[in-house]
Amino acid sequence: MSKLIIEAGRGERQYWRDLWKYRELFLFLAWRDLLIRYKQTAVGVIWAVIRPALTVLALTMVTKVGKMPTGGIPPALFTASAMLPWQFFATALSESGSSLVGNSNLISKVYFPRLVVPASSVITSFVDFLITGVFVAILMVWYHFIPPATVWLLPIFMVLVFSVSIGSGLWIAALMVKYRDFRFIIPFIVSYGVLISPVVLKTSSFPEPWRLLYSLNPLVGIIDGFRWCLLGGENTLYVNGLAASVAGTVLLLVTGIWYFRKTERTFADTI
Amino acid sequence: MSNAIIKVQGLSKRYVIGHQANGDGLRHAIEGALRNPLKWLKKRSMEKEEFWALNNISFEVKPGQVMGFIGRNGAGKSTLLKILSRISEPTSGRIEIDGRVASLLEVGTGFHPELTGRENIFLNGAILGMTRVEIKRKFDEIVAFSEVEKFLDTPVKRYSSGMYVRLAFAVAAHLEPEILIVDEVLAVGDAEFQRKCLGKMQDVSTKEGRTVLFVSHNMAAVRQLCTEVTLIAKGEIAFQGGVREGVARYLMDNAANKSGWKRQTPMPTEPGIYFRDVSVQNERGEATELFEPSENIRVAMELFANGSFSRPQISLRFTNAEGVPAFCTCSTDYAGKFEPFEPGVHRFIVEMPAGLLMPGRYSLHLGSHLPRDRAFDQIDHELSLEVTSIGSTATVFGDNRPGVVVPVFQWRRI
Repeated sequence: MSKLIIEAGRGERQYWRDLWKYRELFLFLAWRDLLIRYKQTAVGVIWAVIRPALTVLALTMVTKVGKMPTGGIPPALFTASAMLPWQFFATALSESGSSLVGNSNLISKVYFPRLVVPASSVITSFVDFLITGVFVAILMVWYHFIPPATVWLLPIFMVLVFSVSIGSGLWIAALMVKYRDFRFIIPFIVSYGVLISPVVLKTSSFPEPWRLLYSLNPLVGIIDGFRWCLLGGENTLYVNGLAASVAGTVLLLVTGIWYFRKTERTFADTI
Repeated sequence: MSNAIIKVQGLSKRYVIGHQANGDGLRHAIEGALRNPLKWLKKRSMEKEEFWALNNISFEVKPGQVMGFIGRNGAGKSTLLKILSRISEPTSGRIEIDGRVASLLEVGTGFHPELTGRENIFLNGAILGMTRVEIKRKFDEIVAFSEVEKFLDTPVKRYSSGMYVRLAFAVAAHLEPEILIVDEVLAVGDAEFQRKCLGKMQDVSTKEGRTVLFVSHNMAAVRQLCTEVTLIAKGEIAFQGGVREGVARYLMDNAANKSGWKRQTPMPTEPGIYFRDVSVQNERGEATELFEPSENIRVAMELFANGSFSRPQISLRFTNAEGVPAFCTCSTDYAGKFEPFEPGVHRFIVEMPAGLLMPGRYSLHLGSHLPRDRAFDQIDHELSLEVTSIGSTATVFGDNRPGVVVPVFQWRRI
């Protein structure tokens, strides 16, 4: 029988053990969100394809009309390969950001490591990511585009975008418990983010000192990395920028967990 | 005692009540901090009010015990359970728990209306801490208990509220923790289902030997289930011990003290018979206003006559909470004739048999008079008593019967 000790401000080690004990809850919550997401919709899961397709269509038109340089790659592929990580980040951020408040009845009634809730939202968004991935693959077949060998390095960047999403999701989720203002801030982050991340732009069009500064946005290195893996060609890897992005990612993830853990004990009282 | 399964030492919980006007809005936080950081910090601490929901509580619970937690709303029971089930953290103090804890703070927590009954069983089980294998093993048992077999694949939003509650309780009741925390689950569902829940909880504690912490305002349920009670008042333990005494104290605390009456004004000088002192007592002669249906009710009174009267009568009337008279008894009834009063003090005791009155609150009205002539004195709305529902004929069968009295008559087969 395990002995449990409850004291003020205690239990770091216990927490991580609990997190492991509740690992099935991650999947159950993700599974629930997936099940209910398309209930009572006419076309159901097809929405998972329609959403990225329409966004890619719109952004491709922006690229074409603005005559943006794509380095000889079909504009649709150019934007779709950036959409893949971006869309994941955007949905993961909004879903996990509002997940704690959305599950407040659970938070105030049952104990479990609260990290499970935002983390499982990120997992749900990851399913969308996979569907968008299939969509990108279909585009490649359509354009007879054969990805370079670097495509096998894609999992590295998937881990990175996963970490950024969880890190920022934890920040927003924990802040939202106290400040509901973030419900209004999330849409801004998402819609401005598209503009300040290289979804339609090419990072190499920035002159040097600005490019490194630009890369402090962790998504810059990640989106570039996705393009490098999927498209190759002119989309080379900018090592300094990648280092900055990795540093930004790690910082977000570590501080996100730290802040979440710090405020977690009062969630039930403030939510 | 080292064999306790739960050991609580010096537990306190403080809530800081922020005043709404200064809210917790982001704008306020940023603006205040930017304008004058030092002043803002100082001001903030001043505007908040502290409230101790629990104040230095210590107790122990032994394995297999069913500990009832009783107390008024806001006494701190729910806060205590929230801390024990790790939903919120204590401000200070220490708790040691040996074993797995499952809390049932509200049935149906985590049920999602869009999901089917089957899906919700799995989801709810996982939220309450069961593994998938465990849920699969108990699935049939849960379904059988809940009686919703036919609707397993219907979204629970189409369920009636009764079905919903049954399913939710079924999942929770089949958890296998060493310690089960239950808060007011019995407030929902029909009488039949409530009985089933009580039975299940009794099984959990007596047959399976688990420890149960039970919070309820339903004293009949507390009496039926618990082996010991803890009475909490204003964040502190007011009493811990036997169920009978604890429940009585709780009910006593809740009642206004109207078990006695004494004349405050000087005795009238005109000839008559006047009350001096009246008290409501149990059969041991102790003043109380709480009676179990199994107890006789005694009314003791002292009167003063300042003259001789040949045909006086003293009357005592009980009316229930709606003002309906339950009965009226008079000093002349038993002998069947008037007995004269000499000047001086007269004392009476009237004893009403146990099991007569419906559970509820009663007002006592007393009067002294000469029938068909004049009234001397009367006492209205000064005295009252309460008959509890614990074990009353009116409640044990759950038949919800009307009336103000519940006399027990024999039903002979012929």
